[in-house]
Amino acid sequence: MSQQSTFKIKVGKIESLTENPTHYCAGCEHGTLTKLIAATLDELHIRERTVMIDSVGCSVLAYNYLNCDHVVAAHGRAPAVGAGVKRLRPELYVFTIQGDGDALSIGLSETIYAAKRGTPITVFVVNNGIYGMTGGQMAPTTLPGQITTTTPYGRDPALTGTEFDASTLIGQIDGAAYVRRASLVVNEIPNPRGTVYTIKNLLDAKKAVKNAFKVQTLGGFALVEFLSTCSVNWKMPILEAKRYVNEQMIKRFPLGVYRDTFGVEKP
Amino acid sequence: MSDQKVYMKGNEALAYGALETGLNAYFAYPITPSSEIPETLAREVGNKKYPKYKCFVQAASELESISMVIGGASTGALVMTATSGPGFSLNQEGLSYAACMQIPFLIADICRSGPGLGNIGPEQSDYFQATKGGGHGHYRLFVLAPNSVQEMASFPKLGFDLAFKYRNPVLILGDAYTGQLKEDVEFPTLEAPNYDVSSWAVGDSNGRRPHILNSMELDYQKHYENMEQIFKKYRRAEEKEVLYEEYLTQDAEIVIVAFGIVSRIARATVNTLRKKGIRVGLFRPVTLWPFPTKALRKLASEGKRFLDIELNAGQMVEDVRLAVGGETRVDFLGKWGGLVPTEREIEHKIQTVEVVAA
Repeated sequence: MSQQSTFKIKVGKIESLTENPTHYCAGCEHGTLTKLIAATLDELHIRERTVMIDSVGCSVLAYNYLNCDHVVAAHGRAPAVGAGVKRLRPELYVFTIQGDGDALSIGLSETIYAAKRGTPITVFVVNNGIYGMTGGQMAPTTLPGQITTTTPYGRDPALTGTEFDASTLIGQIDGAAYVRRASLVVNEIPNPRGTVYTIKNLLDAKKAVKNAFKVQTLGGFALVEFLSTCSVNWKMPILEAKRYVNEQMIKRFPLGVYRDTFGVEKP
Repeated sequence: MSDQKVYMKGNEALAYGALETGLNAYFAYPITPSSEIPETLAREVGNKKYPKYKCFVQAASELESISMVIGGASTGALVMTATSGPGFSLNQEGLSYAACMQIPFLIADICRSGPGLGNIGPEQSDYFQATKGGGHGHYRLFVLAPNSVQEMASFPKLGFDLAFKYRNPVLILGDAYTGQLKEDVEFPTLEAPNYDVSSWAVGDSNGRRPHILNSMELDYQKHYENMEQIFKKYRRAEEKEVLYEEYLTQDAEIVIVAFGIVSRIARATVNTLRKKGIRVGLFRPVTLWPFPTKALRKLASEGKRFLDIELNAGQMVEDVRLAVGGETRVDFLGKWGGLVPTEREIEHKIQTVEVVAA
């Protein structure tokens, strides 16, 4: 390794992951997030006290991959279903994985009110700027000019508005305790001997996942937005899609902490 | 509450009936004429008399409230919501999912006049939506139709029993009258419910395989089989859980079929007409699903004729006609818009049904 950074990699089986192969497309970061969450459930020893609320979109099959109890919600309603579980069983850990369409379009009200009430659940939102599962339609997070199957001439802000900034919006809500935007996309580092990739983003993302669960222990609402690619529906080669996130999306969706009421981000 | 009579509204009785049954949580969105239900249940949080009642949350919409109900009920708890027509329409999303995921809970629709905003007067125009599975896909709710404040109080227990026995949502279909009417009501002491939820409820997965409550199955054959199990359950319910009331039907030439508040008016009319020597009786479905098809068919086979009366333009009458299978004539009297038929109107209708000798 050329860069001097140290981190521990746990080798061996992750109990919170099942042995099912995932259905995610090549290059998709959904599988990465699934694994980061599974590793965190293992580290915190909370797998058997965790209920995942599956949403509608590419995350809907997560019940095949994460080895905990699941309730599969209707499109957009995962935070409300999660709130129901948590209100009846406050000692359980409850989290969702939702797409940008699920959490910010059809389910925006549920997302906002879960945050506003400070419901102690953890919401993970995958922002890939597009509806993946349905085949590449415009999402609330689609960038102006971006071509999707329902914006075939590029997203026109005069008609559809501009991209939706979830972390800024939810970060302003006083009931939310932790709002962070992270990226699941590796970064290229130019190197004379060829391209080198750094996984710093993934390590930060992992930290955000853990912090989000910590916040739940402290009784607060946490939302982490993850930038991700969708090379299949963006119709881009995988590496080009990753560059698109690192060069284009990141400008409109800056990474960072948008709210941290309990100060869990401190090293 | 002890075994003494209390004077209260139907909506309040429904709320206390649920608390007496052991309600754990209520998820609300206010709508007239059902709002006394959430108002009562908001007040009773923390009342030591109901130690099992843990939580009341007012949601941002009926889409959110029904989703919270699904989450809460997924843990095996006794959970409830109530609404009226426009809210019931939004609830349909969650009801479709819950029926497929086989999540038991209680919901009440205190039916108002529709469609659209309509008004806040009584109607029974949500009958189709209630009994045929108002959301997408093929499913059923148990539908109980109370006709008194006493039944508003006692049906929550019946409803939760059915819900947990069959792992299915149960609907109490009232109307603006049964909700707003004030009557004497008794709350008998109930045994604490002890429903076995260990095979499906989410929570502690310690030492067992994960429980997955899910309505999705991408494999067509598997989805066919999963749904076949649910349809078998519905057929079992149709065999075993039908409830109805008959009043003076044995020698009747004409039988009024009416549910909910209309059955009260009809019963009074039967009494009046009997005094005039007209042989008329009353058949009152208590479960609107499963519908008392066999009992009606039996009356039809005896040559009796029917007058179906509803607070709509004719909905249950379709099920009555299906039940009698063309064996005999079924007349209809409907009122809507918040109006109800008077005894005199019913008398007039009966006396103009030609078969009845004046």
